[in-house]
Amino acid sequence: MMKTNIARLSIVAASIAGATALILAGCASQNSQSQAFPNHASPAAMKNATMAFKRDFQAKGIAGVDRLTTDKLQDVCNRSANNPSPDIAAILEHEELDRIKYPADGKLLGDWKAGEKLAQSGTGMTWSDNPEKPVGGNCYNCHQLSKTEISFGTIGPSLLNYGKLRGNSPEIQKYTYSKIYNSKAYNACSAMPRFGHVGALNEKQLKDLVALLLDPESPVNQ
Amino acid sequence: MKYRIAVMAVLAVAWTSPALAQAKDPTIAGIEKYREMLGDDNPAELYEARGEILWKKAAGPKNVSLEKCDLGLGPGIVKGAYVQTPRYFADAGRVMDIETRINWCRTTLQGFSEADVRKRPFGSADKPSEIEDLVTYVVTASKGMKVNVPTSHPKEVEAYELGEAMFHFRAGPYDFSCASCHGESGKRIRLQDLPNLTTTADARRAYVGWPAYRVSTSRVHTMQWRINDCFRQQRFPEPKYMSEAVDALITYMAQTANGAEYKGPALKR
Repeated sequence: MMKTNIARLSIVAASIAGATALILAGCASQNSQSQAFPNHASPAAMKNATMAFKRDFQAKGIAGVDRLTTDKLQDVCNRSANNPSPDIAAILEHEELDRIKYPADGKLLGDWKAGEKLAQSGTGMTWSDNPEKPVGGNCYNCHQLSKTEISFGTIGPSLLNYGKLRGNSPEIQKYTYSKIYNSKAYNACSAMPRFGHVGALNEKQLKDLVALLLDPESPVNQ
Repeated sequence: MKYRIAVMAVLAVAWTSPALAQAKDPTIAGIEKYREMLGDDNPAELYEARGEILWKKAAGPKNVSLEKCDLGLGPGIVKGAYVQTPRYFADAGRVMDIETRINWCRTTLQGFSEADVRKRPFGSADKPSEIEDLVTYVVTASKGMKVNVPTSHPKEVEAYELGEAMFHFRAGPYDFSCASCHGESGKRIRLQDLPNLTTTADARRAYVGWPAYRVSTSRVHTMQWRINDCFRQQRFPEPKYMSEAVDALITYMAQTANGAEYKGPALKR
């Protein structure tokens, strides 16, 4: 992990001035590779799609049309069929990593029991959700986490024995917190939401999920 | 009502009977038992029957029926029309799915206003919407036929390409696109299998799965509703009913599903 960080930083240092130019160049070179992605829409089709979303969608509940305005990371992932060149990916990952805010008290381990409850909950952020209620972690929707919960999704990797396999060191705690806070800091076009970055999960919730993954008593590590 | 009581009874048995449920999701086990009990029957038949009456009854400011409605195969031809939509309609100048087209006939033939047909597209268990009845009637008339959606008109090509691009567009608080759930084969959310809509095999299975009678909501849902609910779960704002965007996504799915056998309205959990 350390090595990757150093490599990433040197790339960023070398290319920070020309970042935008690089991104554009990266996109152009990706388009020529689009045969490798038969489902990858052409830039013209992507532009039409953006226009159709703006024209044919309306705000409902908490889901405003501002949600259709993409950020730089989403743009790059959309234009590259989720496969940006390694240098572009490194820049994006560095930027996302930079945006992570860590708890002021320095503590990253919360209550695994609260974390398990949160992992079970798939609610939040849709137009039919009550914004007064806490957002769920959605973890079991995509990941296996414990032997006891057999209703789990498979879009993400299995996290069974996550802590048992990795230990509970400060570095692992920080990585785990960061990954849930902003998955894109480690994989620019990851399928996983940026739960902390977008404010879906708060600091306490993130800590509770870290505990669910790392606490030796948690069902994840049984 | 009779159906709803039957469903609840069967589901109650499934939930309390370990032999039935076994390692399976009790809801799925319950629905399988329920399907077995119904045989070829589907509560969607009630919608179909109501839809046929609505189709043939004079209504609207012009007080005419929908029997002269051209669903793409000529005025009045209902049989086989559904499996050849979405398609380009020259009189409307755009690609339309079956629901958009039926509503187009309600406005142009019967004289209903645009606001009338947009007022309440998605019904509830106790209060179905008329368009759900009409759609169920029209789609059932294509039972046993193959999906054969036209793909050659430039507007049909355009709709497919727009649908495909929209399908892969990531945005919103969770960075989701349609492809986040439906772009890879063999994936699940919880225990729910997810069709990979970029492949012919899965698109065929999924496309003929709607409209469907859903046991958990006790009503028929149309493809317009299905797309709407996908975007809800995608954490996006709401797609406008019958918009080009929604019809383009349905076109992308339908053209990918071409060749599938249509078995009539489905029955789902």
